[in-house]
Amino acid sequence: MIELLGVHKAFGANAVLRGVDLQVARGTSVVIIGGSGTGKSVLLKCILGLVRPDAGAILVAGEDATMAGREAFLARFGMLFQGGALFDSLPVWQNVAFRLLRGAKKRPRAEAREIAVEKLRRVGLGSEVAELYPAELSGGMQKRVGLARAIAAEPEIIFFDEPTTGLDPIMAGVIDELIREIVVEMGATAMTITHDMRTVRSVADQVAMLHEGVIRWTGSVAEMDATPDPYVHQFIHGLGQGPIAAVR
Amino acid sequence: MSVSAPLARLGRAVLGALATTGRVAIFALDTVSHMLRPPFYGREFLLAVLQIGWLSLPVVGLTALFTGAALALQIYAGGARFNAESVVPSIVAIGMTRELGPVLGGLMVAARVASSIAAEIGTMKVTEQIDALVTLSTNPMKYLAAPRVLAATLTVPVLVAVGDSIGIMGGWLVGVNRLGFNSATYLRNTAEFLEGWDVGSGLAKGAVFGFLVALMGCYHGMHSGRGAMGVGAATKSAVVGASVLILASNYLLTEVFFSA
Repeated sequence: MIELLGVHKAFGANAVLRGVDLQVARGTSVVIIGGSGTGKSVLLKCILGLVRPDAGAILVAGEDATMAGREAFLARFGMLFQGGALFDSLPVWQNVAFRLLRGAKKRPRAEAREIAVEKLRRVGLGSEVAELYPAELSGGMQKRVGLARAIAAEPEIIFFDEPTTGLDPIMAGVIDELIREIVVEMGATAMTITHDMRTVRSVADQVAMLHEGVIRWTGSVAEMDATPDPYVHQFIHGLGQGPIAAVR
Repeated sequence: MSVSAPLARLGRAVLGALATTGRVAIFALDTVSHMLRPPFYGREFLLAVLQIGWLSLPVVGLTALFTGAALALQIYAGGARFNAESVVPSIVAIGMTRELGPVLGGLMVAARVASSIAAEIGTMKVTEQIDALVTLSTNPMKYLAAPRVLAATLTVPVLVAVGDSIGIMGGWLVGVNRLGFNSATYLRNTAEFLEGWDVGSGLAKGAVFGFLVALMGCYHGMHSGRGAMGVGAATKSAVVGASVLILASNYLLTEVFFSA
């Protein structure tokens, strides 16, 4: 479904991605782990076209991501941003139904609102939240609204950028469960980037470790726990000692 | 230190200024092209009209009122030196409509609107809302920049017209109540001396100033740096850029409109 071939990206002298190769099969949930500043978010942004890679190819369902018609291409994606990235000026339901209120997927306003309320219900929020503004919501509720927005237009592919960052452990667990349920229920292809090992164990079919600009290791969660790879071992156990420098 | 070092610094500064000018010009062309091509975001446009036009009325009106009043006092005092106090109504009207109405109105809108647009869009950028727009198949230039720039281009002339009227009224209030002018004579003098182009040129200036104000707000917001400092710097640059461009373009437009 998603194929990355030798993707490079540098910002000035800082080569963030140095030849990323990764295949994500349709309907699978891949979690990308790696230290802060290793380019995980840049990788997602390259796939979405928010950042233009310097070299390499990105194929989505066999189609070159850089050549595809933007609107039709992006219509396949939903994304949950790290901070929610909800639009402050719009009430919650219009945030969720944003794509349904304009563009190719435009629906009548009442129908779009109905779908938004249904998606909010799916992520555990009542209809009373629909008319509130994002600033009136807690961090956990904002994540849920972001999740509802990501799934509102029934995308084939969903990206989750640090979905549990800033949440308490209970709320983080709830969000992890929601992500897993929704991905399975929709049969979507999912890519998640996270530092949170509980998210990895809850959400992943496949784990990929990004280190020094390349995918250093891939495998299942069970293989991750058993791997002798010192980088993976150090990262998943949060060890200060090992090949990954603690101060980067 | 090498003799060429100051020259190198000067060269870098000039190249930097030229590069920024080019980027702003491309941004402006891109914005205009999005204004002309569908889809159009009517709700965003109407909200921008409300924010830029309606909500700027008090500050523009007050500025014009006090400026017209002070102008009447100054012209009366200056005119008294050569027994020309009677020119107060006509000079107030011409001064307000040609220069002070559009320039001061534009500067007040720059302070109020360029800063708020830059802060809003800059915050959207640092909180990934601009990226979210893109992932939701919405072009940020079309959704954020085009409606604001169009709204400012259309509403600032209206603000200038209102400001002109209030400024002339300020002069009339002072003229009648402080300087002893007959009310009817003051108004007749104003009407007789004021020409259509005096008002029209001011409104045309207002349209250009409105375009520049919103353009600066959008440009600096979209190019905001990270964090609170980045948004703060973008806001400051938007106000400074808009103010300087208003004053510079005012001179150029005055040359075009009124040079013999």
